[in-house]
Amino acid sequence: MNNGNGEAYWKANVRLMITLLVIWALVSFGFGIVLRPLLAGIPIGGTDLGFWFAQQGSILVFLVLIFFYAFRMNKMDREYGVDEE
Amino acid sequence: MDQYTLNLLVIGASFALYIGIAIWARAGSTAEFYAAGRGVHPVMNGMATAADWMSAASFISMAGLIAFLGYDASAYLMGWTGGYVLLAMMLAPYLRKFGKFTVPEFIGDRFYSSSARMVAVLCLIVASVTYVIGQMTGVGVAFSRFLEVENSTGLFIGAAVVFCYAVLGGMKGITYTQVAQYCVLIFAYTIPAIFISLQLTGNPIPPLGLFSDHVGSGQPILATLEGTLADLGFSTYTQSHDSMLNMFLFTMSLMIGTAGLPHVIVRFFTVPRVADARTSAGWALVFIALLYLTAPAVGAMARLNINTTMWPNGVQGEAISEADLPQWFANWQVTGLLAVEDKNGDGKIQFYNDAAPADSPIMQTAAERGWQGNELTTFNRDILVLANPEIANLPGWVIALVAAGGLAAALSTAAGLLLAISSAISHDLIKGAINPNISEAGELMAARVAMAVAIAVATYLGLNPPGFAAQTVALAFGIAAASIFPALMMGIFSTRINNKGAVAGMLAGLLITVIYIFLHKGWFFIPDTNSFTDADPLLLSIKSTSFGAIGAIINFVVAYFVSNATEEPPQEIKDLVESVRVPRGAGAATTH
Repeated sequence: MNNGNGEAYWKANVRLMITLLVIWALVSFGFGIVLRPLLAGIPIGGTDLGFWFAQQGSILVFLVLIFFYAFRMNKMDREYGVDEE
Repeated sequence: MDQYTLNLLVIGASFALYIGIAIWARAGSTAEFYAAGRGVHPVMNGMATAADWMSAASFISMAGLIAFLGYDASAYLMGWTGGYVLLAMMLAPYLRKFGKFTVPEFIGDRFYSSSARMVAVLCLIVASVTYVIGQMTGVGVAFSRFLEVENSTGLFIGAAVVFCYAVLGGMKGITYTQVAQYCVLIFAYTIPAIFISLQLTGNPIPPLGLFSDHVGSGQPILATLEGTLADLGFSTYTQSHDSMLNMFLFTMSLMIGTAGLPHVIVRFFTVPRVADARTSAGWALVFIALLYLTAPAVGAMARLNINTTMWPNGVQGEAISEADLPQWFANWQVTGLLAVEDKNGDGKIQFYNDAAPADSPIMQTAAERGWQGNELTTFNRDILVLANPEIANLPGWVIALVAAGGLAAALSTAAGLLLAISSAISHDLIKGAINPNISEAGELMAARVAMAVAIAVATYLGLNPPGFAAQTVALAFGIAAASIFPALMMGIFSTRINNKGAVAGMLAGLLITVIYIFLHKGWFFIPDTNSFTDADPLLLSIKSTSFGAIGAIINFVVAYFVSNATEEPPQEIKDLVESVRVPRGAGAATTH
């Protein structure tokens, strides 16, 4: 592996990570806590969407985020030639 | 067959299974003892991580907290799952690539300093020991309840079982044992929930049932629950009663504490490849989510079941009469964790919030109908999950299974924590600092002795609990969040943070967090030595359980400024960081 490849790989990794962490924060700290009043008008099963995100939705999104990250990184490992032989 | 024999049979069978696996997979080398020879499949590893992670707090306590706190308990749900996103993206793959056995080893090498390694050992031991005391207490309580023995006897039986498979088996034993424990605990948790969800909503999937309509009222479950709570004068279930700031910080503390707890991180050293470390975190969260998605349903439905049991015809009708109380009341009254008292002597048990405002409808009703206060005088939150199958009238084998599940949760976490403690002492403290020339056999022996000592200490402290089970867990998270997580993260994501910055950051985060907790909970948890309470905390509305997030910020800031004021790390450390960042070349683990 040459150094330039490693640096580009790391930058792409950090970019992907930051994008996914923004979603991570949005569904938990955002929709579940701080932005909950904004979602108060959207009813779901006897309560509002913010409650759903706080007790169920955020966990489901976390799952998608991790598997999406693993899938993309495994692909990137090969694209940048840094995968494990 | 009576319930006692059934409990004994199911618990005994589950233990025979765990110990059998531990003997079958007995560790032969140090690599196997610490990290299962790195031959564990990601799905198996995810399952074992889930069992390791879900302690007595998750299994026994959490649904009870949700039932009585409602929305405010969401911090536990988001915090204890969201940390896995951080683990998968920020720590697990890089620590696996680094290829050592323990968390202090990474910190010592990355910050080229044995002081940094020793500070990490200190943080690890403080966090793990506080956590394990809570687990041992839980083991003692669960054993004593279901085996109908004295609390201390239950604790000794639990300590002996932990000793057997943790000390003899090492990580490999623990990994496969924990896979078995996960299966036991998840069945034990979900089976009663499925039956209850079917009874109340007709939907067999509890997380869907939570947002479905109640078969009795035709209204959504949560709306029905809000209605009964309002009738009885209790505060709302789905609305917030905590400050937004505190809930934010509490969730953050639990998340980064999750990613900083050494017994969880060490799990990702045991997978064959870097790519597997990423998927392992995903699988761990899948298995954890099965319980965490069920818990809110268990909480809300149990709360509704209690209200409708106490008021079979609603609050306008008559309360349940003392003679008609279901059998589980009698069973749990023996433990003292549930109590009723017919204060007005009418033979009925009126359950309502007697602390509601004087002008609220329930207090006026109480005055008109001659109630003398709430007559369900004690209802301990922690019995909710264990009593759940009885509340829903499920068969005896389900009750026994729940008992075995609660024990599996507590024991698996205790064992994982003990392994982290013993490897920190034998590998980092003795081999790393005191006697570098120790033989492999000597190191293995030291690890087993350290584990035995840790069990003895935890058992002793579990026998005389300082009376702070829930706070102990929060302290462990706060410490891990404020000390270990920032050091690991900066070690990977920055090449500029040096030895002095890391040590200063970890010490600042650890000390300030511990001091803030002691100021609110008493110095070394001695009662009445606290200057503040969580109801009226020192800083804004930040409770001591939420302070770990602030401690982590302090850690980052101190490490940044100290590093920038001192010399850059040497070139070989920068090369080490570069190499940790790419998966290529991740071979088998090395001890040096």
